[in-house]
Amino acid sequence: MTHTTAHETPRDAAVTPEAAEPLLSLVGVGKSYGNVAALRNVSLDVHAGSVTCVLGDNGAGKSTLIKIIAGLHRHDDGRYLLDGEETVLRSPREALDRGIATVYQDLAVVPLMPVWRNFFLGSEPHTGRGPLRRLDVATMRRTTREALARMGIDLPDVDRPIGTLSGGQRQCVAIARAVHFGARILVLDEPTAALGVKQSGVVLKYVAAARDQGLGVVLITHNPHHAHLVGDRFVLLKRGTMAGSHRKGDITLDALTHEMAGGGELEQLGHELARTTAPTRPPAVS
Amino acid sequence: MSDTRTSGAQPPPTADRDAPGGQPGRAGELARRLITRPELGALVGAVAVFVFFALSAESFLRPGSLSTVLYASSTIGIVAVAVALLMIGGEFDLSAGVLVTSSALVSSMFSYQMTANVWVGVGVSLLVTLAVGLFNGWLLTRTGLPSFIITLGTFLMLTGLNLGLTKLVTGTVSTKSIADMDGFPEARAVFASQLDLGAFTLRVTVLWWLALVAVATWILLRTRAGNWIFAVGGNKDAARAVGVPVRGTKIGLYLGVAFCAWVLGQHLLFSYDVVQSGEGVGNELIYIAAAVIGGCLLTGGYGSAAGAAIGALIFGIVSKGIVYAEWDPNWFKFFLGAMLLLAALLNAWIRKRAEATR
Repeated sequence: MTHTTAHETPRDAAVTPEAAEPLLSLVGVGKSYGNVAALRNVSLDVHAGSVTCVLGDNGAGKSTLIKIIAGLHRHDDGRYLLDGEETVLRSPREALDRGIATVYQDLAVVPLMPVWRNFFLGSEPHTGRGPLRRLDVATMRRTTREALARMGIDLPDVDRPIGTLSGGQRQCVAIARAVHFGARILVLDEPTAALGVKQSGVVLKYVAAARDQGLGVVLITHNPHHAHLVGDRFVLLKRGTMAGSHRKGDITLDALTHEMAGGGELEQLGHELARTTAPTRPPAVS
Repeated sequence: MSDTRTSGAQPPPTADRDAPGGQPGRAGELARRLITRPELGALVGAVAVFVFFALSAESFLRPGSLSTVLYASSTIGIVAVAVALLMIGGEFDLSAGVLVTSSALVSSMFSYQMTANVWVGVGVSLLVTLAVGLFNGWLLTRTGLPSFIITLGTFLMLTGLNLGLTKLVTGTVSTKSIADMDGFPEARAVFASQLDLGAFTLRVTVLWWLALVAVATWILLRTRAGNWIFAVGGNKDAARAVGVPVRGTKIGLYLGVAFCAWVLGQHLLFSYDVVQSGEGVGNELIYIAAAVIGGCLLTGGYGSAAGAAIGALIFGIVSKGIVYAEWDPNWFKFFLGAMLLLAALLNAWIRKRAEATR
């Protein structure tokens, strides 16, 4: 974290006009399903070595945005710029080939398979020739262990079925896998949603580790506390449109939380709840 | 990291050599690893029924009896191995039993009707059998219907075809003998020969069986395809998301079952030289049972080829042991049913334990 704060001021100052070119930039992107506009006029930048957080409530359009970035859906409006070049991704595979790795909430792992087999699934290395051509098991095990260690994940036993790991550990393995296979942009879909406080902290540490390895991270979340801890940029979505876009220096956690929670709406809700609960409480307690 | 253990037959596990300095709970870890082997339950069961029949039937331990047991096991095991791989890949094949008969019928009738060398029939039979496997796999991946339904359909169709076509061609329900045709002795040597080692008779099917188990184990544990088989059975969507060719893997598994059905079909043809067209019905469930007893999960993603082989061995021991113990052979099915339930319960319990131990 000290690393970030040290760099923060100069980088943020320089970012405004030209900065380093963003790895990925969405400009006024929109997407409709039939007549329903799921996403309208959303813009965001993802820079190498920084974290862009996308915040929003359920139904705000977060998953549509992810699907566009990951190449699952094509955007209808706006521009999708990869390395400054306008791009249309045709498939998740193409996104992967261009260095965009997405870790979905339900995690693409096979629970009963060992960690090392999961780590290399779909990209297994070979050794030997002809009929003796076989999986390079020793390398797979070693590489898995090393890749995890490099991310600071201490997993003594990579032979264990991945389903026996905790949710946070699995999330970390998925992140390490993306980093290992050369992702430049890492998209994380609600990585802390189903986790406890401690586990969330662990996952956020690996998000920071991925950032420090120079990846551009897109962190989708509805938790402003988690976002504010690691985020450099914050994009707020509300009912499919962009409700705000901030840099870390420009917004406090309180302001972010307030905006995220719906601001005035929440206060209104507070009043409503207070009115209905106040008269009924005394008899219930006694 | 000195890698002395390169055995293909034994899967990764055993001790965690690579862990620096050794883990504190090493013995516990080893026990956990051992208990999570899919074939452990089957192995215990096989030893138990073996000891049981060795004690209750005095003729059971004679070399001649043992060779009969092995032969019976091999005729189930040849197909059960491929069925096990298919089940690890998350699918069923109810047509495997009658496909064996179809394969033998095609081979026999083609050679006889065309008065061709029997090897031509054997080749045509291979193509036809693989085509049925391809049809199963293709329909499955195209339609997304459950494999239970699709292969139930092919099972019924093949059952009818076997009888109907045979009757149409030969006028009876069995094929004509092809024993005096060209190539028969050679084909019999490949598919149905036997080697007398004193009182012990080694049937060639036992060699086929062992070879197929070895190949299947190699594929499962040491090839990319094996990784994919576990993955498509364990979590199809995750496999697709990381670029595993799910369709190709499943079709390949059905082709594997078809190939093994062809091997056994040729064996039946060349050991008896005629084929009864109504045979094979019911065997598909025996193959599935052998795979399940061997630790394959009905829902896919877990199991082993060696386990299915041990499952087949249990079938061989029980079916012949009952004869040597001079019991009413009608008890055979009862025994197997009980065995299947026990194995399924044991496997479920083991898996729960394995997943709970952390």
